[in-house]
Amino acid sequence: MTTLDAYFRIGETVTLGTHTFGAEEIKTYARKFDPQPFHVDEEAAKGTLFGRLCASGWHTASTWMKYNLKQRDDEGETPWDGPGPRPQFGPSPGFEKLHWLKPVYVDETVTFTRRATGHRALATRPGWRILTMVCEAFDSTGDKVLEFESAVLVKTG
Amino acid sequence: MTAKKWAFEDFFPGQTIDLGETHVTAAEMIAFASEFDFQPMHLDEEAGKASILGGLSASGWHTCSMLMRMMCDSLLLDSTSQGAPGIDYLRWKKPVLAGDTLKATGTVVATRPSSSRPGLGLVTMRYAIVNQRGETVLEMQNSGMFRARGVAA
Repeated sequence: MTTLDAYFRIGETVTLGTHTFGAEEIKTYARKFDPQPFHVDEEAAKGTLFGRLCASGWHTASTWMKYNLKQRDDEGETPWDGPGPRPQFGPSPGFEKLHWLKPVYVDETVTFTRRATGHRALATRPGWRILTMVCEAFDSTGDKVLEFESAVLVKTG
Repeated sequence: MTAKKWAFEDFFPGQTIDLGETHVTAAEMIAFASEFDFQPMHLDEEAGKASILGGLSASGWHTCSMLMRMMCDSLLLDSTSQGAPGIDYLRWKKPVLAGDTLKATGTVVATRPSSSRPGLGLVTMRYAIVNQRGETVLEMQNSGMFRARGVAA
């Protein structure tokens, strides 16, 4: 019988996918949402602390979400024969301790990971649990570029 | 000397900065979600209604991105901003629904010069987004890096 711990893969680091951040893609996101010089213009970036064009931190964080969902889709439905209905993922209440540890410069390839850390019943919403996780991203040299602690609501009853 | 309106010295604890407002359409929500957060409640009105969000709703990452744009337009683009090392916490408190108008404000919590980088300072701010129904939909706190006014751009 599948336990929730096994279904959520508690304690296991799951690789979600890799993504190369090209210059056009970095600028397209940044022109819409974060048009600071170091995210939209190679020349202007030279005079800043970053020194070179790099992806908006919100672009890298949003791309974590893209690969988080893609991994779920690619893998297909995890078998469930536990008690009650198959757990269903809902929205997230937020995250904390997000660190952009190193800039993601043009053409950098980033690997995204997720590690579920625990889950508990939600007192305010019967039938729902909250699943906590550590989310990370690493560049091609193995350096961590992004980390945050997130949570998601899961309907289990 | 920078010609920018906002440098590190211009921030002080308790200061509130109006970050303007933005309007979000269903088409914008779906475009963002199609690329970054393709869950049914962010792509489809009926799926949104069937979810606990109660309607087609923006990806939380889209709301973060919209806040970033409001911060850019009302503050950062006319400042000595050098980016931010992270986010202390962020809470998605209510769904952002298609057609909502979002107003954002930032309140300065603390300022301190960087210990490792001369001429740079950290400004810790709390942000809030409120919708046209008066509901707070997002709360966030983070520190941004700003150059001091005397430092050459």
